[in-house]
Amino acid sequence: MVSKTTDIDREKVIEIKGLHKSFGDYQVLRGVDLDLYKRENLVVLGKSGTGKSVLIKIIVGLLTPDAGEVKVLGRIVDQISYRELLELRLKVGFSFQNSALYDSMTVRENLEFPLVRNQRRLTRGEVNSAVEEMLDAVGLLQTINQMPSELSGGQRKRIGIARTLILRPEIMLYDEPTAGLDPITCLEINSLINEVQERFHTSSIIITHDLTCAKAVGDRVAMLLDGRFERQGTFEEVFATDDQRVKPFYDYNFIQ
Amino acid sequence: MFITLSDVFQFMGRFFKEAFMPPYEGRELLKQCYDIGYKSLALISLTGFITGIVFTKQSRPSLAEFGATSWLPSLVGIALLRTLAPLLTSLIAAGKVGSSIGAELGSMRVTEQIDAMEVSATNPFKFLVSTRVMACTITIPILTFYTALVGMLGALLNVAMSEGTSARLFFQASLESITFLDITASTIKAVLFGFTIGVVGCYQGYYSSKGTEGVGKAANSSVVIGMFLIFIEEVVSVQFFGLFRT
Ligand SMILES: Nc1ncnc2c1ncn2[C@@H]1O[C@H](COP(=O)(O)OP(=O)(O)OP(=O)(O)O)[C@@H](O)[C@H]1O
Ligand SMILES: [Mg+2]
Repeated sequence: MVSKTTDIDREKVIEIKGLHKSFGDYQVLRGVDLDLYKRENLVVLGKSGTGKSVLIKIIVGLLTPDAGEVKVLGRIVDQISYRELLELRLKVGFSFQNSALYDSMTVRENLEFPLVRNQRRLTRGEVNSAVEEMLDAVGLLQTINQMPSELSGGQRKRIGIARTLILRPEIMLYDEPTAGLDPITCLEINSLINEVQERFHTSSIIITHDLTCAKAVGDRVAMLLDGRFERQGTFEEVFATDDQRVKPFYDYNFIQ
Repeated sequence: MFITLSDVFQFMGRFFKEAFMPPYEGRELLKQCYDIGYKSLALISLTGFITGIVFTKQSRPSLAEFGATSWLPSLVGIALLRTLAPLLTSLIAAGKVGSSIGAELGSMRVTEQIDAMEVSATNPFKFLVSTRVMACTITIPILTFYTALVGMLGALLNVAMSEGTSARLFFQASLESITFLDITASTIKAVLFGFTIGVVGCYQGYYSSKGTEGVGKAANSSVVIGMFLIFIEEVVSVQFFGLFRT
């Protein structure tokens, strides 16, 4: 694979410094430093429960940090007004670990929801064609009138991603896009993520346990260990170690 | 189960702030009003009608002792409008509507659908909570007058069968005894009850704890707390409106 790192613009779209977050006595994040550069795909790895989801929820302001600074597109997330936060969220897409589709709405209504609420001047026809185009992009146009409960896990993931992309975000945050899916669907999602980056020029953080996915989509890899990103770099750099907290990840995915 | 009062006041404050600020969620509001009416209509009709019949039947012997059965229409009319209709309607709505709001918002919270609205730059409070609270506040008073009417029909049926009173006479007699104050007081009460059902259900659901258990708890406490508050409000408002009656 040709390294995609070389042509990355070095402008930072997310800057995180000294981020701390605890729940009760449990310190989840203990001084996270992380940058996301424009148009790169950054893969975040880490054991279950290390706070990966917490980290990206802080980035979109769903959770507030205890200490530290999170800057997204130049704005400090926990210091702006709610209105400004909503405006910022228009530019940051968030795909949930469990898809979080609105289960009382059809697929079409799920995709329409962010669109009609944020761009009130769109005509019915424009909304319809935007929805259909996006569903086509994730290969699920045929499900347009179905309810989320009628979809498979992989389909739900892709609809969730489509619903996020419909606002044309500058940054995409994927929370375990391939978890629990079969290898073929994983490959489809991986190429979807790469396609999104190319077509919409997004910068993305992809959380995953799946190293095949990490390798396929990641320009850079960061590994969350004990509440910090101790290892960052290319895929090969991160795994060139004997650290017992890191090696099992690699061994499990590629040796067994 | 009991929540701190300041949280609830904050919640209500947010409702008043957001509900009256554009953009308005008109379509969602209409949908919620329709849902609330639709969900409770059958049960309310049945309960109202039966209450009308039973209340009339039970009141007859006491009035008959004084030879005053001709007062039945006005007695029933006043009882229904002042107390029975607002209370019956709100208690049924607290059971049907309150629990379903609690469960719906609770499960949206648990499955992160509320967070999903947040991140798609929609204000979920405005879309989910404001619309539901407003819908309850608008719909419960309408349902209350509907219950009163259905109850009167039940009473009419009973009176017509026993005393042979005509419908015209019956309504004339009962409407004559109803004052403007009765109507105002009932409306205010029903608005208050509706608002209570909406706020309690939404609060419980919106802040429900994670897990499927949280959803059940949200639904359950919406009903329990809702009914409890309705009774308290009823007692207080009877005292309050009593001041205006001489
Ligand atoms: N809202 C919350 N309240 C309390 N504790 C929380 C909350 N959210 C997360 N946690 C705790 O923070 C820790 C990290 O959770 P998080 O969901 O970020 O893990 P994760 O790295 O995404 O794991 P997984 O790979 O299993 O998704 C967990 O121990 C969890 O219990
Ligand atoms: Mg997670």
